[in-house]
Amino acid sequence: MVNLLNVSKISASRGYRTLFRDLSFSASTGDILELRGENGSGKSTLLRILAGLTRAESGSLKYEIEGDVSSLKFPVHFLGHQDGIKAQESVEDQMIFWARFFQADKAEIRPALERVGLWKRRDVPGRGLSAGQRRRLSLARLLITYRPIWLLDEPLAALDVKGQEIVKELIAKHTSEGGVVVAAMHGHGFENAKVIEVKPFSKKIKTIPTNSLENA
Amino acid sequence: MQKQNMAEGVLLPLFFRELKLAWSGGGGAALPVGFYAGAATLTPLALGPATDLLQAAGPGVLFISLALASLLPMERLFQADLEDGTLDVLASSGASMTGIALSKTLAHWMASGLPLALVAPLLWVMLQGPGEAVLIVLGISLLGGLAFFFIGSIGAALTAGVRRGGLLIALVALPLYAPATIFGASALYAAAEGRDWTGSMALCGACALVAIALGPFASGAALKTALD
Repeated sequence: MVNLLNVSKISASRGYRTLFRDLSFSASTGDILELRGENGSGKSTLLRILAGLTRAESGSLKYEIEGDVSSLKFPVHFLGHQDGIKAQESVEDQMIFWARFFQADKAEIRPALERVGLWKRRDVPGRGLSAGQRRRLSLARLLITYRPIWLLDEPLAALDVKGQEIVKELIAKHTSEGGVVVAAMHGHGFENAKVIEVKPFSKKIKTIPTNSLENA
Repeated sequence: MQKQNMAEGVLLPLFFRELKLAWSGGGGAALPVGFYAGAATLTPLALGPATDLLQAAGPGVLFISLALASLLPMERLFQADLEDGTLDVLASSGASMTGIALSKTLAHWMASGLPLALVAPLLWVMLQGPGEAVLIVLGISLLGGLAFFFIGSIGAALTAGVRRGGLLIALVALPLYAPATIFGASALYAAAEGRDWTGSMALCGACALVAIALGPFASGAALKTALD
């Protein structure tokens, strides 16, 4: 069993508040990791650290990937709160851009859009999409090019029942092909998921050194 | 191989998309060009139609207006992508922030900096500049615009996370506009008075080159901080 992702002792804080400290976990092929925690507990921050967008305060993060994406420092797909959709550009044009950007085959666009149920609405500009459709479009971006690790921030948010089914199927397919999914979740989780609690190790509120405030 | 991938995979698609987005939905060039033409048109109304006065003030006014008009597209240069999450996806794909900043700034210069330079000769003639110098004016405006856009992109990246950061961009970028303004305007005056303009224009071009060489690195670093 190969660990695709090794996280050891990473910590993060926002201002003087520690989000989590010395968090360690690893993921091997086919794993679904579910990040759980209260609002503001640092699930999104952890995902952003995994995506290389935010720097961890301490600790190390290592991807061990084989194959043609191994040259990527962060071999991930990141699906955050904001869905990266341009209001003035049509669904299909946005997908064409991402396909070119990821150096993917344009032939992948149609199946990806059909998979998320947006192919019939491919001429609609981004501003014409509902919240759930925007989510579906950003999911389609994950399908046009292969990245072994998916980092999803509340992937079920805004989706209808059918949309949530699609997400679950996509995740099941991705993991069955050897990928890893790390998802921040509320409520209904995925089957066979490993749960990671994101919370500070000590609940004690860190006292703020007064002189550092004065110096700041 | 890696570099080629970079050009094919990041720089070119991003460049063309930015160009398209800048032109669609209201036309990215219309606002700065309108501002530029408006500011230059108001000059004779404010100074009076006397030829000698306009010839004395015209080149300077034209270059200041170019500097200010170049600031207008800066506010949305990175902010839109930061707000809607596009920058997250671009950055997490492993693309270099420097490359992202370079493609976006260059695309916006093509979308609005180039039209600004193209209307400059027209406004030059309107401000009683000698007609034989219009090509020189075009060249100086191209170089000056490049310097302004790439320096402005640093301010744009630094303030990308700030709501209504337009004023901040001006505060960050305008002091850095000084060298390009000095050499660009002096080249315009030299061209207007029939003196040798090549030295000043070369120095203005040097400002543009420095801006292009350093701007994307600085903006890329600033964008990383904005994402953090």
